[in-house]
Amino acid sequence: MVLYSEEQIFNLEEISRKLRIRSLEMIYKRGAGHPGGSLSAADIIASLYFYKMKIDPGNPFMENRDRFILSKGHASAVLYAALAMKGYFPEDDLDNWGQLSCHLQGHPDRNKTPGVDMNTGTLGHGINIAAGMLLGGRLKKINFKVYVLLGDGECQGGIIWEGAMTAAKYKLGNLVAILDYNRVQLDGFVKDIMPLEPIVEKWKSFNFEVFQIDGHNIRQILEALDGADNIHGKPVMIIAKTVKGKGVSFMENNCYWHGTAPNKDQLETAKKELLERNKK
Amino acid sequence: MTYDKRKIESVREGYGKALALYGKLNDKVVVLDADVSNSTLTKYFAEEFPERFFNVGIAEAGMIDTAVGLALEGFIPFANAFASLICYRALEQIRTCVSYCNTNVKIAAGYSGISDYKDGPTHHSIFDLAIMRSMPDMTVLVPADSVEAGMMVKAAAELNGPVYLRLSRADMPVIFDYRHKVKIGRGVTLVEGEDLTICCMGTLLGNCLDAAEKLRSSGIYAGVIEISTLKPFDSKIIVDTAIRTGAMVTVEEHNIIGGLYSAVSECLINNNISIPVGPVGIKDHYACTSLNIDDLYEYMGLSVEDIINISKKVIRKKRK
Ligand SMILES: Cc1ncc(C[n+]2csc(CCOP(=O)(O)OP(=O)(O)O)c2C)c(N)n1
Repeated sequence: MVLYSEEQIFNLEEISRKLRIRSLEMIYKRGAGHPGGSLSAADIIASLYFYKMKIDPGNPFMENRDRFILSKGHASAVLYAALAMKGYFPEDDLDNWGQLSCHLQGHPDRNKTPGVDMNTGTLGHGINIAAGMLLGGRLKKINFKVYVLLGDGECQGGIIWEGAMTAAKYKLGNLVAILDYNRVQLDGFVKDIMPLEPIVEKWKSFNFEVFQIDGHNIRQILEALDGADNIHGKPVMIIAKTVKGKGVSFMENNCYWHGTAPNKDQLETAKKELLERNKK
Repeated sequence: MTYDKRKIESVREGYGKALALYGKLNDKVVVLDADVSNSTLTKYFAEEFPERFFNVGIAEAGMIDTAVGLALEGFIPFANAFASLICYRALEQIRTCVSYCNTNVKIAAGYSGISDYKDGPTHHSIFDLAIMRSMPDMTVLVPADSVEAGMMVKAAAELNGPVYLRLSRADMPVIFDYRHKVKIGRGVTLVEGEDLTICCMGTLLGNCLDAAEKLRSSGIYAGVIEISTLKPFDSKIIVDTAIRTGAMVTVEEHNIIGGLYSAVSECLINNNISIPVGPVGIKDHYACTSLNIDDLYEYMGLSVEDIINISKKVIRKKRK
């Protein structure tokens, strides 16, 4: 069992806070984007990029790097903020998001933005692509992990489960899927649009090793990510209970904020809340 | 036509409102959506007729087959999602269970072309019409404004057979008013011309009218026709205007491969008419993300200026 220092946890919490604030600033500036699902994923993204993944911003296509697929590609804001903070490209680029001349697209584009491993935006591709990468890695005898972040609404798509079967059949232990289980999608609550429960049993019955955590508790996220390293011969699903719009009270649990940009006042209120939050 | 550049309306709003209204008149109409009813605006129908509205979640392929089942039971299903997903992801379902089986399913493809400029290329559909036009028994409708989008709900519902209705996310100039009549398979002449014909499909019609007006001030008389049914194609209006004006420009928010430019060219060849034809459309490459639609139109070569330039080019060719 790995022990995490208070300092380490605190630093990651601070990074998450910055990612949230930066995401909202970007969405405000562009007048477009997806705040709800960016905020719910911030702690997971921070833990992956600033703790777990073996990557080198100076060498984005390093062959044995860990890969990350933002299968819920609409949360691009928080990914872009993390990639910039890591140094894949200048932070200033974030302010030009969406401009014709800017490499940052509405949804991630690996041919334009350094650090992006796969184009996404239409939901449902992540697990299948991860399976292909890992089968390729196996043939090339290169060892790496592929992390995939999924939305819960996204899991309504049949292709998710096709990928799940492939990953299980080929015993892809290096596949770590994380479900951003925020219970809200575009049109409303998942339970009303198309219920997913029992979700734990679903993934278990598809032969995944399932962890259940609080997706806003950094310690639990790190434990799960490290714990996944000890699973061999089967893919891992980390079901992370999250809150859509986490950290901004008026955005939380509200599908209105799935794809609506805040105005100036709303941005300021949100930033204030995020800055005050958990300040000890 | 009561065209006023300043009168802008949301095309999806026109569709969504009309669908809810038409639901009152025809209780056979049922509506399916794939978690985008707040975007396609089928939410209006859902509010009025919750028992005839089915949100299947983010599952476009399955949604098409479910719509097929409803059609087989005698209902008139409108299956809604973004064009980029309903056409591309659910394509095999549409081929086998809608087109091949010839079921009475209306595929309402929202956010088409590059109209979802903010979300970028994954959310664009720049070759959906090339696919749908080549599908046997598929009627392909492309409204130019909010009014026509609304009228096409009734037209599609009352046509027995598969329909692909291509809808836009954009707020566009209103071209038509309540007196307009949508006749499936018939083009519409908006401006009579002498020197060339600008043939438009879809929401760039306002740009075409603006271009024709500007051309007139430099002494060029451009006719403007609208093709709102890409299939079955109105060959007559193309042949007539081609013979009268001797030059043509096609305008579409679509790849120049497989859409209107192709349809017009095929029609002219089939009728042994040899005239210069210039395409205004997407030149076989993906678009990108933009902060607003007009910048993207310009970037992609779909602006008023582009229509004017191509018009002048075909006229020069015609004189040679
Ligand atoms: C296949 C597909 N269908 C529809 C969409 C439109 N869309 C974008 S995000 C979204 C809702 C996603 O919900 P969820 O997966 O729960 O994401 P989160 O709540 O984490 O943002 C929808 C329907 C899409 N991008 N891809």
